Formats: sequence, structure tokens, C-alpha cells
Amino acid sequence: MSTERIPVMDDTAVRRAVARMAREIVEKTGGTQGLAVMGIHRRGIQIADLLRSEIESAEGVRIPSGSVDISLYRDDLEAIGPRPIVGGSELPPSGIDGKTIVLVDDVQHTGRTARAALNELMDWGRPGRILLCVLVDRGGRELPIQPDIVGRGVEVLEKHQSVEVLVPELDGRLGVDLVLTYPEVT
Amino acid sequence: MNQTAPALGKDLVGLEPLSREQILAILDTAEPFKEISERRIKKVPVLRGKTIVNLFFEASTRTRVSFEFAENRLSADTVNIAAAQSSVSKGETLVDTARNLEAMRIDMVVMRHGSSGAARFLAERIPSNVINAGDGSHEHPTQGLLDMLTIRDHLGRIEGLKVCIVGDVLHSRVARSNIFGLLKLGAQVAVCGPPTLVPRNVRSLGVEVFTRVEDAIQWADVLNILRLQLERMEAGYVPSLREYNRIWGISRARLERAPRDILVLHPGPMNRGVEIDSDVADGPQSVILNQVTNGVAVRMAVLYLLAGGQPERAEAAKQGGEA
Repeated sequence: MSTERIPVMDDTAVRRAVARMAREIVEKTGGTQGLAVMGIHRRGIQIADLLRSEIESAEGVRIPSGSVDISLYRDDLEAIGPRPIVGGSELPPSGIDGKTIVLVDDVQHTGRTARAALNELMDWGRPGRILLCVLVDRGGRELPIQPDIVGRGVEVLEKHQSVEVLVPELDGRLGVDLVLTYPEVT
Repeated sequence: MNQTAPALGKDLVGLEPLSREQILAILDTAEPFKEISERRIKKVPVLRGKTIVNLFFEASTRTRVSFEFAENRLSADTVNIAAAQSSVSKGETLVDTARNLEAMRIDMVVMRHGSSGAARFLAERIPSNVINAGDGSHEHPTQGLLDMLTIRDHLGRIEGLKVCIVGDVLHSRVARSNIFGLLKLGAQVAVCGPPTLVPRNVRSLGVEVFTRVEDAIQWADVLNILRLQLERMEAGYVPSLREYNRIWGISRARLERAPRDILVLHPGPMNRGVEIDSDVADGPQSVILNQVTNGVAVRMAVLYLLAGGQPERAEAAKQGGEA
């Protein structure tokens, strides 16, 4: 099996998209009062950090942040064989009750990750409002959960194609790649 | 995409058969589980629909309650069976008890039993996951794990530390699980106790032996003080509790002569004034209650890792795409 990577967004394109998403968030929420940004483990956390610092510098305020690890809320634990390493979740210091939570993931696909993250947030408390925010929407939804704010939509075939968001902390650079997988020709 | 923890296999019978990586995987998995017990709603759905039987043939409060909390916080359904009120008292064999439980479609058994080897015996005979909650003087793996987690929490590492287990090493499953686990993680381990209560061949495990508790205190970074079971005195292993306390008991005065601050652990229940004095048990170096808190997190980690998915279904899931 061979793979090919086609860059979809480079560093600048991601930063521009994040800047626009940050403005959209503040526009939708009508300000930063009660706002908290939470990234979904793992690459959602880095995208959440970018979004948060963008909102902070644009609005001149500090925004509380947190993270969600959905390992314990997955719907496929019975099936996936070895257990995923649990990363640990972290609540924003001010809690989530009554807050407007911006839930951030790198890629939205089936909607199952967002479902798990929503369930986890509900177990923690009662947010006033949750906005789902993703850098890439690749389609292929299996649950009726749609993002509120999208960086870019990318058309992806269900078979042999996927989208990967790359972040400096884990991948050495910021960007989005389309990954094509060619099956072995026999 | 997702990193996975090394598999533990079907059962947790002891720490002796585990690798260093498997032990570290349990300790690392326990870290995020600590936070769940601090939540307002102390529950995650990861074992929803799993049925766990806590089968206790010996009296236990701490371990049983700790397992129950761990099971409940992972959303499993649990049933407790205490041998005294069960069909065991009517003469049923262990295997028959287990088979009857199996017939009611259970997923896991947590068992405490008075006979060494009972956990392995059961694990080899039923398809459910078996977790050893103490079998005779063999092993008490989750206690060993929670001791190691507590040491790592307070000293930042296990490797290179000097840990001395003090007291009735001969009859202690806690001592055995500690020795196996600590050695695998690179600690130096010693035991110290009355010669009648230290196994003769213990050095063959790679363990040092101290005959004076003062020497152990000079050497150690950590003391794990074992409970002296009162029936040992009746059986003639020690002459009197008072004498035991005078020679082997850990007192503040003894700890103050140590060249460094020693971390003090005790698996409980304590005999204050026998193996440990109150000013040590309640003192600043004691992490005995931290051990109890960590016990729940470690047991959650073990349950989570053992109740893992079925590899044969993994392929099917891959075809269906990622979560």
C-alpha cells in the first residue's frame, strides 16, 4: 500500500482560517463574556489554542481553556481491540456551568467524536451553550451533528482518502494534508 | 490514529507475570482516572453494560469498597458475594460457584480468596476476566500497583529508589506483589522483620534483608510497613505485641534518625502502637490515605484495560472507519 500527501492548507492558510473562525465565534456569541475554549484530544487542543490566542489578541481579554479526552466515551470500545491510552480531560478553571463552551476539533467526519465530547461535557455540568468548531469538515456524517463554525470544507472520498491536520507540537508544522492511499496493484 | 496501551491479557493474577511496560501502562492509565473521582458526577460510561461479580471469600472492607467504587465510577453493574452468606458455606466448590455465575452471563470476577493460587485456578477455568484481589500469601496485585503509584506521585519516580518492606513478609501477599512490581520498575527492594517472619529464600528474588529496623531506616527512601496479624502471635511467630513494637515498630524517634525524609506506606488496616506508631501514621511523611485514594484510580485502570475490546472485532471496525 502506498500513500500520497496533497497539501490542502499551509501554515498561512490555517492561520487565516483560524482568524476568521475567531471573529465568527465572537460575532455569534456577541462578546467574550462567559466564553471558554475546549479542545478535543489530541490535535483539537492545538487548534483550540490557536483560536483562543486569536480571540484574546483581537478582544484584549483572557479566555479560560480546557481539554476533553473522549477515550472513555467512545462508542466503539468493544470493537477496537487494545485499549486506547486515556489522555485525561481538564475543565476550565471557572468550570463549564452556564458558560458558552467553544468545543474545538481538528477534523469532523462521522460526528461520533463530537457526540462523545458532548456527552462528557454534560457529565461535567450544564453549559449555557456549546458551539462546535472544526478546522476541517470532511463530510461523511453518521450522526446528525453539524459544526457551527468551519475552517474549510474538504471533499473526501470515504475509501482510500483521508484528511490530516498537522500541528507544530506533534508533526513539526502547521497545515492540512489530503492523504491518498493506493491499494496494492496485483 | 489512536495510540493504544499494551494489552494485559485476560486476567490480572499477579505482578510477577507482567512486564515492566504492562505495569507502567496501568500506572499511566490510572493518572487520568484520578480526576474522575474529583468530578461532581463521578462516572464515565466506559464499562456500561458490563457485569462484575465481587467474590470475596475473606473479609475485606477497604479492597472490596475500593473495587466497588472503581466499578461504579466506570458504570459497570456489580454484584457482591461474601462467602459467609453464599452457597460456598453449603459446600460448593470454587469452580461450581464460578460456573453458576458464568451461567448468569457475567463479564468479570474480582476475587479475594484465602488460598494461594486460587486466582490463577479460577482464571484458567472460566472465560470471564479474573482480577485477583488477594489470594492467600501469593499476590495482591492492585495493592502493589497502588503502592507504586503513590510512591511515584510523591517522589516522581520508582527507578533507583530504595524501598524496604517491614514486618510479616512471610505471610504477606502485599509484600510479594510489591517485590515483583518494584524490581521490574528498577527499584532496589529490601525486607526487614523478625527472622521467623522473613522467608528464608527471599534473597533469591533479588531482595536485600535487614535484621535490624534501624539499619533499614538508614538505607531506605520508602518504608512499606505491613500489618502484623494478631494470629501470628498466637502461632508463636512473635512473643508479644509489645516486644514486636519495641523491636520492629516504626516510631517517630526511629524515623528522625534517618539521613533523609522517608516516605511511609501501610496497606491497612493499621495496628497503631504495634507495627506503626500514631505519630508516624498521622505524621507528615505518611501517605497512607493517599494510597487509599490511589487504590480507586488503579483499580479503574485495571478494569478499563482488562475489559478491552475483542481483537477479532477490531478488523470489522476498521472497515467501518474511525470514530
